[in-house]
Amino acid sequence: MSSRTNVSCLHEAKRVAIFGGTHGNEMSGITLVNMWKQNSAEIERNGLLIKPFISNPKAVKKCTRYIDTDLNRAFTPENLSAPDVEGLLYEVQRAKEINRMFGPKGSSDAYDVIFDLHNTTSNMGSTLILESSTDLFNLQMVHYIKKAMAPHTCSVLLNEHPQLKYSTTRSVAKHPIGLEVGPQPQGVLRSNVFESMRTILKHALDFIEFFNSGVEFPPCTVDVFRVQERMDYPRDTNGNITAMVHPHLQDCDWEPLNRGDPMFLTFDGRTILYEGANTVYPTFINEAAYYEKQQAFTTTCREILSANAIRKAFK
Amino acid sequence: MPTVSRVAVCGGTHGNELAGIYLVREMLKKRADGTEPVSVVTVMSNPRAAQLCVRYVETDLNRCFTRAALSAPVSETSPYEMIRSQELNALLGPKASAQAVDLLCDLHNTTANTGLCLITYSDRDWICLHICKHLQREMASTPVRYVHFDIPLNEAYSLDSVGKHGFAMEIGPQPHGVVRSVIFSAMQEGVQLMMDWICQFNSGTLFEGGWVDVYTMVKNIDYPRDSETHVITAAVHPNLQDRDFCLLHPGDPMFLCFSGETLRYRGKEALYPFFINEGAYYEKGVALSLARKRRVQIPSVL
Repeated sequence: MSSRTNVSCLHEAKRVAIFGGTHGNEMSGITLVNMWKQNSAEIERNGLLIKPFISNPKAVKKCTRYIDTDLNRAFTPENLSAPDVEGLLYEVQRAKEINRMFGPKGSSDAYDVIFDLHNTTSNMGSTLILESSTDLFNLQMVHYIKKAMAPHTCSVLLNEHPQLKYSTTRSVAKHPIGLEVGPQPQGVLRSNVFESMRTILKHALDFIEFFNSGVEFPPCTVDVFRVQERMDYPRDTNGNITAMVHPHLQDCDWEPLNRGDPMFLTFDGRTILYEGANTVYPTFINEAAYYEKQQAFTTTCREILSANAIRKAFK
Repeated sequence: MPTVSRVAVCGGTHGNELAGIYLVREMLKKRADGTEPVSVVTVMSNPRAAQLCVRYVETDLNRCFTRAALSAPVSETSPYEMIRSQELNALLGPKASAQAVDLLCDLHNTTANTGLCLITYSDRDWICLHICKHLQREMASTPVRYVHFDIPLNEAYSLDSVGKHGFAMEIGPQPHGVVRSVIFSAMQEGVQLMMDWICQFNSGTLFEGGWVDVYTMVKNIDYPRDSETHVITAAVHPNLQDRDFCLLHPGDPMFLCFSGETLRYRGKEALYPFFINEGAYYEKGVALSLARKRRVQIPSVL
């Protein structure tokens, strides 16, 4: 069978946005976007409209994650269709505005690609976050980025879980990609983290430019970590945390956690072990913003996704 | 020397520095039974900020303990932390009076890679210096250092200046809003060792004299900023990041500009950097602090 028949022809990706400050204290994206708004030379590519954009300016001004509610959970159908009335939460208003500017979500007018730039206090290194296992454009882009960044590792997190998936800022676009780089404390700019994120974006934009120019990308596979479950901290009857992430688990994002491995250490020195039947790969271990979301870490399982060859559809 | 009979341990002076907050909560759970050799009062300094997990609600509590701030008239409309500092001064002080607690230990965390530091306003307080020496001797895996800010008591602005003797026990690196078990354990051990030293001191144990390296703060260095917008134009250089207390020589890299240029330390004197890239100091215009190190002789005490 000719390989030609297995090439998926996709629309050109003409309109691309780069979002920083979806969380106002995650400094790499905020700094990059502000820099590129002032001088866009570094991100310009032939034939591409690229818009750097600060998604939550009020939160950025206060250097806080959000004002009223987490913008990165606010793009639900209910919020996006809420009538324009007084008293709407700031981030809900903002979500509607962003949906008008870069969407509408789910329509053919929506932006082709949105990169949403995030940092984490977890030791996740450079992570690319996907919301779909069947978006060929995204799978090929992620494959390209990983190869270009090597030997620097880029992990790929897939959150397609029907209950745990959430309505992200980037979900307004046809092809949403999350960039999550850590570890970095909130409100802090670390040079190595900043430069990693900058380089990932450079490769991503190169990929889009190549794709738009007609380059065909052969079939590929992508190793991903698929979100399974959220694990909360042990708490007392008043809801207070009674233990911390165990020193053996702290900073071990993407490493196997087996039954019987230490998981938490109580404040009075007792170890709590992981009791799950299967080996899991934890991530988002001890993320500051997730204490209030009842999440000490997220478990994932390893999977290999396949993508067809792709090229731009001829007009 | 008189005994150290009243001690205060304070956490949550900044509401997002979690090791101290969790340690104070644990200490508050254990009820005193009256048999303790030392009376310890445990305080959550900024409960509103701790509840919200923010550094402060209206103004930085740990800058509200100057003599001027403590004697300023306050009303219901004053910033929360100005009211609170006067409450804490009444509870644990008054500062510079005979009623103040003998020793005040204020628990802090930093995003900088400082290890454990005892930070105080005196370089000749033998109690603080001996406690430092004791921690250095007993804490195997945590570097312990003595940091000195040469500021007269009236102008000393932090909570630890309320006690007759006092220091901030600062441990990093830990992101704000996170508790790392290794950091919590180090803080717990530090506080326990401090209490052990006090008990031994009070019961007449002789502590040999010796010397302690004291790091005295000389100056702060801000980030390079755009002259119009005041926005920072560089990050702490990768060669300097996480190298707290490693000697910085003239010509060493300090900042890596977003443009790719390296900015170097232009001072004439090699100094010791600390609080390198502390998250809360961006708004104070401080990228790092620089200190001079000298050896201080301490007498034996009993």
